[in-house]
Amino acid sequence: MEQSWRQAKGLFFTLLSAPLFWLVIFFVAPLSIVWLYSFGENQGLVDVAFTGTWSNYGKIFKGLRWLDFSDALYVNLFLKSFWFAGLTTFICLVLGFPVALAITFAPERWKPWLLLMVMLPFWTNLLVRTYALIAVLRTKGFVNMGLESVHNGINSVSGGALGAFDPLPLLNNNFAVVFGLVFVNLPFMILPLYSALDRLDRSLLEASLDLGAGHVRTMFNVVVPMAGAGIASGILITFIPALGSYLTPDMLGGPESQMIANVIESQFKRANNWPFGAALSFILVYLTFIAIALQGVFQARSQARSQGGRA
Amino acid sequence: MSQSPSRKLPPAPLEYLRRWPIQLSLVVVAIFLYAPLLTMMLFSFNDDRSITQWSGFSLKYYKQAFQNESLIIAFMNSLTIAFFSTLISLVVGAMAAIVLWRFRFGGKTLFDGTMAVPIVVPEICLGVGMLVFFAKVLPWPQGLPWPLNLGAIIIAHVSFSFPFVAVVVRARLGSFNRELEEAAKDLGASDFRALMDVVIPHIQPSLIAGALLAFTLSLDDFVITFFTAGPDTVTFPVKVYSMVRFSVTPEVNAASTILIVVTVLLTFLALKFQGSSALTAGHDGGAGEKK
Repeated sequence: MEQSWRQAKGLFFTLLSAPLFWLVIFFVAPLSIVWLYSFGENQGLVDVAFTGTWSNYGKIFKGLRWLDFSDALYVNLFLKSFWFAGLTTFICLVLGFPVALAITFAPERWKPWLLLMVMLPFWTNLLVRTYALIAVLRTKGFVNMGLESVHNGINSVSGGALGAFDPLPLLNNNFAVVFGLVFVNLPFMILPLYSALDRLDRSLLEASLDLGAGHVRTMFNVVVPMAGAGIASGILITFIPALGSYLTPDMLGGPESQMIANVIESQFKRANNWPFGAALSFILVYLTFIAIALQGVFQARSQARSQGGRA
Repeated sequence: MSQSPSRKLPPAPLEYLRRWPIQLSLVVVAIFLYAPLLTMMLFSFNDDRSITQWSGFSLKYYKQAFQNESLIIAFMNSLTIAFFSTLISLVVGAMAAIVLWRFRFGGKTLFDGTMAVPIVVPEICLGVGMLVFFAKVLPWPQGLPWPLNLGAIIIAHVSFSFPFVAVVVRARLGSFNRELEEAAKDLGASDFRALMDVVIPHIQPSLIAGALLAFTLSLDDFVITFFTAGPDTVTFPVKVYSMVRFSVTPEVNAASTILIVVTVLLTFLALKFQGSSALTAGHDGGAGEKK
């Protein structure tokens, strides 16, 4: 049982002091200042005055009309980021689920190695991983070189039926950004999926298979409902970093594939409009909190359901 | 289950690893995750300036990388920052974990919840927070002697690392039998003494795991450092980023390969230290703890 802090005041205050100090001074304070800035206005070149204005948030929604987003520059930016992050999460789920399943039901002595296979890229520097994709995707990259040799092979057999090789534009566009985001975030999806699947009661799966359901049907009717909370946390853990990605769109994307984080960066660095950048950052923070709250509700529900089932 | 089943038998219902769609997906994901990294490492040994056309083996880009003074300085900066950030994160994170595990106090939920925010909040938000903080509230003096000039980056790294350490340590504390600490106190140990001699030895594996996590997080970070670093405090990822902007050459590949090798070696060392069961921690019924 936990002890009341009054019973060991000295120890309590000693242990609490450093973490509390660090959290308040070096985390809460910086974010609070950014939050205040989001209600501020530029004054002169370097100063920001806290005027309590909502104009920075207003600017984000400027041009927004009912059911018409075409003129709302920043709303479009958010929608595009949502689309990229959502698509990334979906692809990660589709790619990651079979892998998590394989690891879960692998023989014990293989498990650590398979997990290591998933985690090793995870330990590798994000910048290095993103950089490695440039050589794969660019016009004279590995994918196009492979396609070119296949193309030339067909040409030499058929006597030039396909014509000259046209390299696919794979880098500096939206495709490259989603490809990069999947590459970077896939381990984030596999690990929570594995930990959810590993906790399942296997006899229920066996029962479903014994009673004549196929593997696909067992997955959707037994595994997915039981591992629902784990799947939801995998989705969340992939979606949130993907939504706030800076490096991947910056290095792999083109001018039209910038995401929220890139615009925030340019507001703070080149455009030097800190209040507006602060407002954009805080919209991202609010979205994160909303996503976590939704996941909390989902988890509570699924817990209540599983407890109700047992009672 | 002492004998492994013969390959000739059809796969058992739950032997998914022996079914071809699962095997195919495993192979596809493995190629997807590793091919870009392995080719990047391979082309760091290329003789030519190209990073996609192989023309012969050479170590000249490693020589270049080791003679690139600003790259070496950036690498040393990164290691120094990671070292200090790990040290502080470990102490602060462990203290937070113990206080949350051991005590009941008003505002505990708030404290606990706030500790989780650095883990979930997008990096870019923390990055701009640090930019504003070190520009307006605590301007870090320029021209301080090394390693004090890295202070701002170290502070920023601790802020996002120590909550991770706290999570790891707290998970381990869950398996601690509180009666042991009470027994120590019954036998005359003070609160502090009981903590140091009974609780700390129990959480030692999680301290190592937490330290490794903090070290990697710090070495890996680009975005937050990018917003906190000044012109004379360039870290390795920031340096590689500016090299990539300038040109894509095998020298960048060589530098990246060195970083990958360092991280992989550290990971293996830590796993060896803890036993490979650390990978399946919490899923093997605690078999690894009895090592």
